[in-house]
Amino acid sequence: MKAAVLVFPGSNCDRDLQVAFEKAGAEVTMVWHKDHELPEGVDIVGVPGGFSYGDYLRCGAIAANSPICTSLKAHVDRGGYAIGICNGFQVLTETRILPGALLRNANLKYICKTVPLTVQTSESIFTRQYNAGTTVHIPIAHHDGNYQADDELLAELRGEDRVAFTYDDNPNGSAGAIAGVLSANRRVLGMMPHPERAADAGHGGTDGAGVFQGILDALVEA
Amino acid sequence: MKARVHVMLKTGVLDPQGEAVRHALGGLGFEGVEGVRQGKVIELDLADGTTEETVTEMCEKLLANTVIESYSIEMGA
Repeated sequence: MKAAVLVFPGSNCDRDLQVAFEKAGAEVTMVWHKDHELPEGVDIVGVPGGFSYGDYLRCGAIAANSPICTSLKAHVDRGGYAIGICNGFQVLTETRILPGALLRNANLKYICKTVPLTVQTSESIFTRQYNAGTTVHIPIAHHDGNYQADDELLAELRGEDRVAFTYDDNPNGSAGAIAGVLSANRRVLGMMPHPERAADAGHGGTDGAGVFQGILDALVEA
Repeated sequence: MKARVHVMLKTGVLDPQGEAVRHALGGLGFEGVEGVRQGKVIELDLADGTTEETVTEMCEKLLANTVIESYSIEMGA
């Protein structure tokens, strides 16, 4: 199973994501944002957390227009898998691969802590290791994680079972307390919490490891 | 030539920064500030002959996120 992790100037969770993929058994290639092509045969693309381009203009906006994101869009259009975490989620909404947008936290504070989430669906490679309704504890670390979705979009996401995770105590004001959403074909996940920071006993928790194990198991079977 | 682009959060999108500014104005004793919305102004220095249509394209592709933001353009500002 081949994974590619995109690296932008200002990414700072790229190596954590690489380690989490490798621990689950993937072969990982790091791909610089100025590259035009993803490596041959990539099964899943990881868009990491961090502060791409210093969060200038809007979080993820400039990264979303970098050369490698054209390849990312083509990969997703072909039915390829992708996961965007934190700033990676912001990049995925800015590319319009995922719907909605992420705004400044409602309390205007940068929040860095482990929070309880509820897994809303097990119907994706990312969440198949969990039962729907399970509580997991995964760290968040963001200033702009306030997910924006109007009533129509919320109804669509819920109706199509595309809400992957919700916050139990909604720390950032997200619509519907949404912490992670799936694309219409369920092959792209964007989430603000950091499963790669809860993927090893040394992290203080392993609740996030299932995300990567789920990806590996599904793509190795396929 | 110059163009100026104003980007604002759309009506109905909660603006927590504007709300914090409104609170701070109240704290300074300014009464009757019923709402504050904070946006941004982007000044572009453009080659002569650049059309408003091109600037619109810039807004749609990068300068504004039209999911949550609206924009207006002043040409020759």
